[in-house]
Amino acid sequence: MSARTAAPAAVPVDRAARSGPTRIRGNGLAFWLFFTPFLVGLLVFTVLPLIWGATLSLFEARGTVLPTEFIGLDNFRGFLVDTAFLQSLRTFIVFALCIVPVTMAASLALAVLVNGLPRFQAFFRSVFFLPTACSYVVACVVWRLSLFNGLESGVVNQMLGLVGIDAISQWLSASPYWWIVLVSVRLWLQVGFYMLLFLAGLQAIPAQLYEAAAVDGLSPGGFSMFRLITLPQLRTTSAAVLLLLLIAAFQAFDEFYNLTGNNPETRPPLVYLYNVALGPQQDFGRGSAGALVLTAIMVLAGLLQTWLIGFGSDDDTPRRRLGRLRRRGGRPASRPDQGEAA
Amino acid sequence: MSAQLRIVGQNRGSAGLVLRYGIAGVLAVVFLVPFYAMIKTALSPNDEIYSQDFVLWPRDPQWQRIPELLADPRYLDALKNSAIMAVASTSLTILIAALAGYALVRIPHRAARPMFVLVIVVLLVPATTAFVPNFIIVASLGWIGTLQGLIVPGLFSAFNVFLFRQFYVNFPREIEEAAYIDGAGFFRTFFRIVFPNTLPFASALTVLGLIGSWNAFLWPLVVAGDGQNAMTVQIYLSSFLTAQTFDYGGLFMAATVSLIPVLAVFFVLQRYLVAGIAATGLKG
Repeated sequence: MSARTAAPAAVPVDRAARSGPTRIRGNGLAFWLFFTPFLVGLLVFTVLPLIWGATLSLFEARGTVLPTEFIGLDNFRGFLVDTAFLQSLRTFIVFALCIVPVTMAASLALAVLVNGLPRFQAFFRSVFFLPTACSYVVACVVWRLSLFNGLESGVVNQMLGLVGIDAISQWLSASPYWWIVLVSVRLWLQVGFYMLLFLAGLQAIPAQLYEAAAVDGLSPGGFSMFRLITLPQLRTTSAAVLLLLLIAAFQAFDEFYNLTGNNPETRPPLVYLYNVALGPQQDFGRGSAGALVLTAIMVLAGLLQTWLIGFGSDDDTPRRRLGRLRRRGGRPASRPDQGEAA
Repeated sequence: MSAQLRIVGQNRGSAGLVLRYGIAGVLAVVFLVPFYAMIKTALSPNDEIYSQDFVLWPRDPQWQRIPELLADPRYLDALKNSAIMAVASTSLTILIAALAGYALVRIPHRAARPMFVLVIVVLLVPATTAFVPNFIIVASLGWIGTLQGLIVPGLFSAFNVFLFRQFYVNFPREIEEAAYIDGAGFFRTFFRIVFPNTLPFASALTVLGLIGSWNAFLWPLVVAGDGQNAMTVQIYLSSFLTAQTFDYGGLFMAATVSLIPVLAVFFVLQRYLVAGIAATGLKG
């Protein structure tokens, strides 16, 4: 799969090479001087860890990073059947079902709102974007010890008091409540980023589409115009945002670690993996197996998504790209880099 | 876009506009509440932090917490480590990726194509789960609790190489050819001509890199070890969260001060940040 999709894009390298300044001597040395720092780092800190991790996953290795006893696939079996792992996947699903739609709707709404402001657009954009600069740890300090501290003086409890709701003390210790804390902190931190993506998408919609629709009788700025023009035009952006949000939710770690710690009921896959490999047991065999399992899940999900909707673009799914190649008798498009859709 | 604004705005009339600014204003306040709560707690006397009476601003702001905090060698070490990590990893990542990306498209070599395929394959492997195998390598090198353990494993980003490659594909060739005709080699051409022209693009990646590494948590947590040498400011703050601290005012002041450098970068380089998000094609 990877080789097939990579091949068309790789061709311009050769093309560039042929028309390039080939008269310069010493190309071989220059290429390696430029490329070696990256290549060596990649081999030592990406390829070697993968190989070592894959090896360790087949061995007993507790409290040591060296393989001790070959145990076949026991580590994988142990990781996969552990109810704690299945629980962590369930936690991810619940979390994703909350955070993904909420962030999508909120960031799109913010983008439409900001885009419709004739003045002070930059000001509001900056305010909504500002939390992006904040770290999860700092936000967790504020969320856990100030906003949702469970005391009657906590900011959110005081606001609830204003509308006549009793103070809630178990924000981080009981089930529906902790999801509010976990989802709101991530929403605050990331919504501005996705708002920017939607803003870029909105501003790329040609104004003529709205003009034509107005001529056809749609009320300007009305909901039908939003539904019939804005939403379809944002399909690429929405697909990209959806994918990014899902990946980010699967990789959630910081807020869970800092807000609910090692509570088995709110432990997403990465916190569980951290605990297996680097917790008190230091089980690097099973930890390596777990890392491979989670990596495989992400790679498969990413490939599936790319294959199916090609990051949402009409003309650039691998399937269509291959289709184009076949029609052209195997020769790649003249400049695939610049995107034929453009 | 302005045309579209006019259409959207026209029919709405001033009532609609007032409503929209009202919603935007309320939301802006909501977005700023956490910052306000943080700064207020940082300046409140400890016995007032959890008092029931609401005050908009502490009656007796505890400004002395700032010098107290800056006299704490653990905190200073953490700030210093975070700064070193942010600057070193951002600049080295960009330099390494720019060199590699340039070589892939502009230095003719038969290895260019297989190397590009390698980059694409590595791109498919997510980096987050790599903390387990990376810990194994870093521990074997004896780098746990060291700055190099913190920085070096993250320097080799296939994603950045890919971005620079895409950038250099469209880089005007005439500029380089002029340099070659004047007798410059690949190195002089790159550092004197090409790289300076890459700076606007690189600044976008720089802002993302600086903010990302200042705020990084998982890898620093894995590598920090028990000592001071590799403790970043995020790990310092988190250690108080998990250990049930009692000096809440001090902790909130530490959190506030840790935000200052990143907010400074954010405000000064904001336009690059926005450009960076566009340029990197939706990096998360």
